[in-house]
Amino acid sequence: MVSAVMSAAEPRAVRRNAWLTNVNAWLLLLPAIVLLATFTHYPILATLYHSFFSLSRGGASEFVGLENYTYMLEDDVFRQVLRNNIVFAIATVPTSIALALLMAVWVDKKMTGRSFLRLAFFTPTVLPMIAVANIWLFFYTPDYGLLDQFLKGLGFSGHNWLGDPSTVMSCLAVMVVWKEAGFFMIFYLAALQTIPPELKEAAAVEGASRWYFFRRVTLPLLMPTTLFISINALINSFKLVDQLVIMTKGGPNNASSLLLYYIYEVAFTFQDTAFAATLTVTLIAILAAVALTKFVYLDRRIHYQ
Amino acid sequence: MRQKGHSVETVAAWALALLWLLPLAYSLWSAFHPSEYATRFDITAPLTLDNFVRAWNQAPFARYYLNTLMLVSLVLAGQLVVSTLAAYAFARFRFFGREVLFALVLVQLMIMPDVLIVENYRVISALNLLDTIPAIALPYIASAFGIFLLRQTFKSVPNELVEAARVEGASSFGVLWRVFVPLGKTTYIAFGLVSVSYHWNNFLWPLIVTNSVESRPLTVGLAVFGAPETGVDWSVITAATVMTMAPLLLAFLLFQRQFVQSFMRAGIR
Repeated sequence: MVSAVMSAAEPRAVRRNAWLTNVNAWLLLLPAIVLLATFTHYPILATLYHSFFSLSRGGASEFVGLENYTYMLEDDVFRQVLRNNIVFAIATVPTSIALALLMAVWVDKKMTGRSFLRLAFFTPTVLPMIAVANIWLFFYTPDYGLLDQFLKGLGFSGHNWLGDPSTVMSCLAVMVVWKEAGFFMIFYLAALQTIPPELKEAAAVEGASRWYFFRRVTLPLLMPTTLFISINALINSFKLVDQLVIMTKGGPNNASSLLLYYIYEVAFTFQDTAFAATLTVTLIAILAAVALTKFVYLDRRIHYQ
Repeated sequence: MRQKGHSVETVAAWALALLWLLPLAYSLWSAFHPSEYATRFDITAPLTLDNFVRAWNQAPFARYYLNTLMLVSLVLAGQLVVSTLAAYAFARFRFFGREVLFALVLVQLMIMPDVLIVENYRVISALNLLDTIPAIALPYIASAFGIFLLRQTFKSVPNELVEAARVEGASSFGVLWRVFVPLGKTTYIAFGLVSVSYHWNNFLWPLIVTNSVESRPLTVGLAVFGAPETGVDWSVITAATVMTMAPLLLAFLLFQRQFVQSFMRAGIR
């Protein structure tokens, strides 16, 4: 213990104590270090290493420099999945945030049945994505699915929602927004509860409308939460691919494929681990960039508080 | 005027909430009714458990349940031990390399095992663990997130309590066990709920490393069962889907507040 070290009078005892503290601490950390090194640090370095080598199908793999990267940049599928991922992020992140905010404002009010509302909004969060995908798959089934049945009632004809490249991404985005909005709601809810009620009273005395108050007071005060949620939602848009395995397999014609799903396909269907490593390096770089933005932003928040 | 605005909003909020529950309600409807009612809403439709019986008999769901239970217990137990020890070291010891090691731990917060599937597959295969439950669990046992959360908690433990335990002659381990662990209770519950939910629902990694009934968790079992090429009846698939999500859903309904608070705590850090 630190205090034990401080209070010890003799230098030799101090040194012995410091040495013991070091041994103790490292022993406590040993299991975590070994596991992290094996399943996080080594794999990151190995990914980078393998991305510079050719595939060793039978023979030895050779150092090929940046060849895998040149190939990746010329790969139409890679370009498409990257574009898809950006589209997917743009489609899901702002929508989830807006809905989460709306839900939080509603649940925060003394509204009839607010605990039921909170329950309804939050429930999708605890469901497995794979189960959700199963349910929504049937929603989107041509002709028999709930969506088509509903639209038929309105006089429209059936549509192959997940089989049409122009609708598949929107369908998946709607589902992901449904799954995620309630999760982000709880962070807004927590933030709303920290806004002092005096502010609202003061604004009411000044005759400010509710909308004005929301726009000029609530929204700016929620800014840190909004940033926090945006970053998490952005990371999720690169991490969530379970639904693709069940619903579209990235199709039709890669129209719904995302980067991580493409990595999965390249590595485990096409068995091209060298190229999969190259793609993984790209994904790691994206995630690291997002995380660094987060650190910078977190630092700033610490300074202001 | 104000009253009216409120009621319009209440109606809108309720409409959205009902819309939000629709997919779940729909899956329950089709799971508990004969398949001819799968796409037809009729209040007089007879209730049945037949779909569940058929799903249960057509695939080894009992085994999948057992596998998932073993998986989440193994992950949670491992995470609790490893994170507690590491967090204790980071929070209370001043030692050589502390800052560097902590930074190395944080790396996992940005690059999670979920994206390192290619190399982790190689590692698991080199360890000769493919197609086992430990294979699914191992990459997640050292959780940067758990270490981070517990370190925050342990740092806030008042020094007087530690001193008092020391005076009574407690060793480092004694202090950890008698002072820190009990005071971390809320953090442990929050982390535990999030971890169990995450690993109950996790899919891609288990799909990659498992290949047999003996090791597949529920999610992978459900995907195998529901694959279109198996030609299983839609109502039966929904019943299986409901079975997969039921335990967690029930736990959530029973301990709603606890769940929401845990997810929030864990998220905000």
